[in-house]
Amino acid sequence: MNKMSEKKTQSHLKELENEGIYVMREVAAQFDRPVLLFSGGKDSIVMFHLALKAFYPGKIPFPLMHIDTGHNFPETIEFRDHLVEKYGVELIVGSVQESIDKGRVEEETGPDASRNALQTTTLLDTLKEYQVDAALGGGRRDEEKARAKERFFSHRDVFGQWDPKNQRPELWNLYNGRKKPGENFRVFPISNWTEMDVWQYIAQEEIEIPSLYFAHERKVFNRRGVWLADTEFVNRMEDEELETKTVRFRTIGDATCTGAVLSEASNMEEIIQEVASARQTERGNRHDDKRSETAMEDRKRQGYF
Amino acid sequence: MSDTNGQTKNPNNDNKYLDMDLLRFTTAGSVDDGKSTLIGRLFYDSKSIFEDQMEAIEKSSKSSGEEEVNLALLTDGLKAEREQKITIDVAYRYFATPKRKFIIADTPGHTQYTRNMVTGASTADLAVILVDASKGLLTQSRRHAFISSLLQIPHLVVAINKMDLVDYDEKVFNEIVSEFREFAKKLNVTDVTYIPISALKGDNVVTKSENMPWYQGSAMLHHLENVKVDADDNIVDFRFPVQYVIRPNQNFRGFSGRVASGHIRPGDEVTILPSGLHSKVKEIVTREGNLDIAYPGDSVTITIEDEIDISRGDMIVRKNNVPTVRNDFEAYLCWMNEKPMELNKQYILQHTTKTTQVFAEDLLYRMNVDTLNSEEGISELGLNEIGRVRFKTSQPLFFDAYQINKKTGSFIIIDPATNVTVGAGMMRAGSTVSEESKSRMARKKSPNVVWEPWNIQRKEREKRNGHSSEIFWLTGISGAGKSTIAKELERRLFDEGKQTVLLDGDQVRHGLNGDLGFSPTDRAENIRRVGEVARLFYEHGNIVICTFVSPYNKDREGVKELFPEGAFKEVHITCSPETAQKRDPKGLYAKAKEGKITGLTGYDADHEAPEDPVLTINTDELSVDEAVNRILELL
Repeated sequence: MNKMSEKKTQSHLKELENEGIYVMREVAAQFDRPVLLFSGGKDSIVMFHLALKAFYPGKIPFPLMHIDTGHNFPETIEFRDHLVEKYGVELIVGSVQESIDKGRVEEETGPDASRNALQTTTLLDTLKEYQVDAALGGGRRDEEKARAKERFFSHRDVFGQWDPKNQRPELWNLYNGRKKPGENFRVFPISNWTEMDVWQYIAQEEIEIPSLYFAHERKVFNRRGVWLADTEFVNRMEDEELETKTVRFRTIGDATCTGAVLSEASNMEEIIQEVASARQTERGNRHDDKRSETAMEDRKRQGYF
Repeated sequence: MSDTNGQTKNPNNDNKYLDMDLLRFTTAGSVDDGKSTLIGRLFYDSKSIFEDQMEAIEKSSKSSGEEEVNLALLTDGLKAEREQKITIDVAYRYFATPKRKFIIADTPGHTQYTRNMVTGASTADLAVILVDASKGLLTQSRRHAFISSLLQIPHLVVAINKMDLVDYDEKVFNEIVSEFREFAKKLNVTDVTYIPISALKGDNVVTKSENMPWYQGSAMLHHLENVKVDADDNIVDFRFPVQYVIRPNQNFRGFSGRVASGHIRPGDEVTILPSGLHSKVKEIVTREGNLDIAYPGDSVTITIEDEIDISRGDMIVRKNNVPTVRNDFEAYLCWMNEKPMELNKQYILQHTTKTTQVFAEDLLYRMNVDTLNSEEGISELGLNEIGRVRFKTSQPLFFDAYQINKKTGSFIIIDPATNVTVGAGMMRAGSTVSEESKSRMARKKSPNVVWEPWNIQRKEREKRNGHSSEIFWLTGISGAGKSTIAKELERRLFDEGKQTVLLDGDQVRHGLNGDLGFSPTDRAENIRRVGEVARLFYEHGNIVICTFVSPYNKDREGVKELFPEGAFKEVHITCSPETAQKRDPKGLYAKAKEGKITGLTGYDADHEAPEDPVLTINTDELSVDEAVNRILELL
């Protein structure tokens, strides 16, 4: 007792990291066939980093799973492949294009056409194909109001659906991952992180992220206040003029619905400053959330990320 | 979020946020107490709401025909919640100031959702309990206070809201404070702060209100920013539930987990449970390099010197500090499912990283969370009810009392038919509680059974000592003079060559009863244990002197029953309250006056005078010597 050491104060990032690692290990221990859902965005990159830590010196004991809309920025795909090669992890790709080709889903039409909603079917199909019983996701509770009610261990029925009004109570750090055959879980180890926490952590840990997050010149056009990148996937209207702007992305999703922000932030310090003074949430530029007040809850119920 | 960190130059070196810590708190209140408004206000005034969020709730307030922006919409995220204008599920919210990051578990207040309150409270360092100043203290708030104390949330803030509706009247505030204090006496809470606020108008939420100059304390946010949190960690008892085994090759076998409590260094001697085998910690491995020490909360991987078979669900502890290892124990259980708990039905229990089968053997009583009375003789525990239950597991568990170690003293119950989490439990100290039930049962069966087993009979010891065994029980309020008289009495007896021992309240509370608080239940347990110890000394031939406030007749009666008829000598030490407060030997009355403690016997809690004392000594009238002489005359 006399050797009792005083406890250092734990920084909030350390505590969040400890919690994230704990949840990852619970998943590895409680489930047979988990995957880590990987989008190439900053949250899933942080997740990957936590997984490296959780199982060191061993390898990450589960594959990455990427649901590819076919409308990704090329930088995202390059980064994904780079990571897979560097750390020698297994990658599973679920293709929305394939789902369309197989007639599982129908492509949206019109100027706002997006494959975002179609991903859900591809995701559920791919989870089923690989008999995944737990899918680790980088969802955070601060992102969106429906996510604020999400559990760390979020139960999905045999149809992959979420019943937000009937969730299992989750107490202390005791995560109940018991399920019946065919059911599965979504698990969110970084539930308690905010956007700022993610950026600070990336800076602190010097984690590599895709170049899209840093300011660069790009041809963009403005649609209802959102700057969309000019890509082959977006149907630009005649009155939507192309401009070259210095922009960066706060979130990385499908190119059809992820807006850029005008920004000069070209390194981590500047990004953190920008996030600190931002007056819009990061999803403020996501067309997919703007469709209705409960767009996220509706999508999540059906099985979205 | 806040603009103040905008000047940060280098995030790797001097970013203020990297030195921030984390406060997890929960908010509880009735439907209309204004809880969501308070959270909205904290966000709004600390500039943690984004423009698009504000726009969205403005739009939504307008469309539902409300005049002012409804800040509650920020937290009520689900469709059903917005439609019914109520909070259904625990919502987690985040905000940060330059000092701290906050995680709020916002829990609904309706009766039927008590399970959510328990859920939110399970991870909280602090609870904010909202009281509507215009309505006074309602059943709901009492219930929330009780749950907070049951879940051992270290800090309570009673936010007396809607002060604007009562003209910011100090009297209204004081009345609610004293009413809450009165109630809190029965609870096991230590740190309570009372703040008068108006969440709607912003008084005393983020900035101090000019409308209430009579209030001397700090605004809510300032309090949240400054309350000490990690002081509550248990850094003594090293407990490491093994979560996962990492074995990348033949040369490495590491045991991963999160340090539940205590600390550990390479070279420290450890015991592995359940095998009981000993070894030494070889390394504490992380990807950033090996650590010299691991603290509570750290996720690490431990390697040990010897080849021992260790797997998930095992626990690594210090060689000389092991938890209770048993497969039967008692716990407070909160039931969380529509289908009531059934006795002797097989459930699954999840405790630390261990999962095992469990049966509820006995439902000792149900807590009435409104009156805090225990209701005995019931057979069912239903949704949102809390009871004391005796469990038996198929495998032994390694646990501590929840009161001294939340991580190793908590568990959940799962229904194997549905896989749903149906109960949440907080363990009581294993061995003692079981003894309690045993002795309860033993007493019921035969009052004499306890005298049988002594090898050397008391009479033999008395003969050799040259005097009989005695038991003096000095009861009375703090400051009455019990300890002073007892010490002098013990000295005089000792000097006369008598076998004597003094058992004192503070002494046992530091050791034997260190896991107990001051709730009526804990006070009862405190006295029960002391009674058992006193009996051992008594049977050993001593003149036992016990000095305990022991305010309840029922508890002292329990002790009396342990001794042969007529042996237990109760001495009531009394004095006027003024004298006791003037003496105030431990500074308790001063603390109580400042509101730092509640439930102090002789101040805001009653002392039940003995019904049939052998002696009553009023220390306003008698000196210490005179008092001691009176007691000695009884021998």
